[in-house]
Amino acid sequence: MKLVTAVIKPHKWEEVREALETFGVTGMTVSEVNGYGRQKGHTEVYRGAEYDIALVPKIRIEIVVDDPDADDVVGIVVKSAQTGRIGDGKVWVVPVDSVVRVRTGDRDEAAL
Amino acid sequence: MINTGDTAWVLTSAALVLLMTPGLALFYGGMVRSKSVLNMMMMSFGALALISVLWVLYGYSIAFGDDLGAGLVGDPTQYLGLKGLMEDVTSEAGGLPPMAFVAFQAVFAIITVALISGAIADRAKFGTWMIFAGIWATVVYFPIAHWVFDFSLDDHVGGWIANTLVAIDFAGGTAVHINAGAAGLALALVLGKRRGFGKEAMRPHNLPLVMLGAGLLWFGWFGFNAGSALAANNLAAVAWVNTLVATAAAALGWLATEKVRDGHATSLGAASGVVAGLVAITPACSALSPVGSIVLGAVAGSLCALAVGLKYRFGYDDSLDVVGVHLVGGLVGTIGVGFLATAAAPAGVDGLFYGGGVDQLWRQAVGAFAVLAVSFVATYAIGLVLQRTVGFRIDEEDEITGVDLVTHAESGYDLHSTSGTRSGAGASTLNAGQPANERKVTA
Repeated sequence: MKLVTAVIKPHKWEEVREALETFGVTGMTVSEVNGYGRQKGHTEVYRGAEYDIALVPKIRIEIVVDDPDADDVVGIVVKSAQTGRIGDGKVWVVPVDSVVRVRTGDRDEAAL
Repeated sequence: MINTGDTAWVLTSAALVLLMTPGLALFYGGMVRSKSVLNMMMMSFGALALISVLWVLYGYSIAFGDDLGAGLVGDPTQYLGLKGLMEDVTSEAGGLPPMAFVAFQAVFAIITVALISGAIADRAKFGTWMIFAGIWATVVYFPIAHWVFDFSLDDHVGGWIANTLVAIDFAGGTAVHINAGAAGLALALVLGKRRGFGKEAMRPHNLPLVMLGAGLLWFGWFGFNAGSALAANNLAAVAWVNTLVATAAAALGWLATEKVRDGHATSLGAASGVVAGLVAITPACSALSPVGSIVLGAVAGSLCALAVGLKYRFGYDDSLDVVGVHLVGGLVGTIGVGFLATAAAPAGVDGLFYGGGVDQLWRQAVGAFAVLAVSFVATYAIGLVLQRTVGFRIDEEDEITGVDLVTHAESGYDLHSTSGTRSGAGASTLNAGQPANERKVTA
């Protein structure tokens, strides 16, 4: 099993979700996060005082998938989250040792 | 005979002005960081509670009792506990029950004290703030209200700015705004800069609260200015329109200034411009034409937008710009009367631009700078004594944690579904063996 984590632009989240659902992904964990990459932040001005705001709001999606699906899921996220402009985000994949469904105690692939 | 129309308007105005202090709490509260919002609002609500009581006990008497000499202070025993003011003596008081005037002036005292708190956001001990508020109102505000608002009548002798100097300060450009602004500067100097001032981004945590607060202030200010006519008459109507249009022009002036300087017209700029305009028109709304009010408002909005940058240049942490908005706006309005007053307005005096020469101008300047100097020196002294004795500033570590938690044991916002358990419910070991009232909470 693999954990696919994607950090994307907040306004692309709905498109990404739809694309993943169409592919057959049945669930995911989503959080609102802040961070920065090459995009860096932006400036804000309050009563003439200019602040460099380093952190940019992003959406983080986490999905645990069966090994063979990992590449497809990554491809779908990249395709649906892409705008071509700086700040589109990152997707990465890490191996997962085990998964348990809390309600039933099902393990691993059966729990996905 | 009681004049029911006048009485109704003054009592209504008093309630409008009362609402300004919770409005100010929102205006200030939205501007601080989320860890300080409650303390910021509590400084206003604390002033509401304390100054109301002091006003009834002896404040009104110091401000509006018979003068004790030189127009400096009223007799604090004359109306002690508002004695003698419950009788219906409306025939002498021009159709207005004395208590209506007591009520109207009470809410002025409250908001003047509350205004100061913006200069010391994030870092003041609440207990010391309350002690300061009581001493400051007693030593500074009540006497200065006597100088400015207490007019001599028949055998009653009032204050020196109103009667001897004869400066025009219709609703409190000196007594309220220059006074609070100079006090704010003094306290900001006594308490010192916040950790990270000028380096960290100290963003307003909730601009919609700031906008709501500015709206409530504007609404309440119609009571402040038009109510100062103390009658439902032509003067009140003129003051009302001048208050509307000067404020609008000031918002435009502030927005235009920051658009040129920073590239953006901001919501904080609009809210700040509104307040700057309200401050400036306060002393002037009886003396200017509506067009003169537009000029005054536009100048105040632009100048205050520039003045809020002074604290970075000179290195004082007037956190929410009590100096930049209230002191500078108060000076613009009070001295502006000397230039822009027109005899066509109810006050009936021509300023420099209307051929009246400098006669009114110097009176305005003397009144403004007298209040500025006395307020600054007295406030600095009170602040310093409190800082050296009970301490005014919270510990450095507490300032990082946030003044709300350490001073009030509360959080402004609970946006999380999990937070903890009731103390003593068993699950939490966080404060085990330590009763709630012994936990570290600084006053």
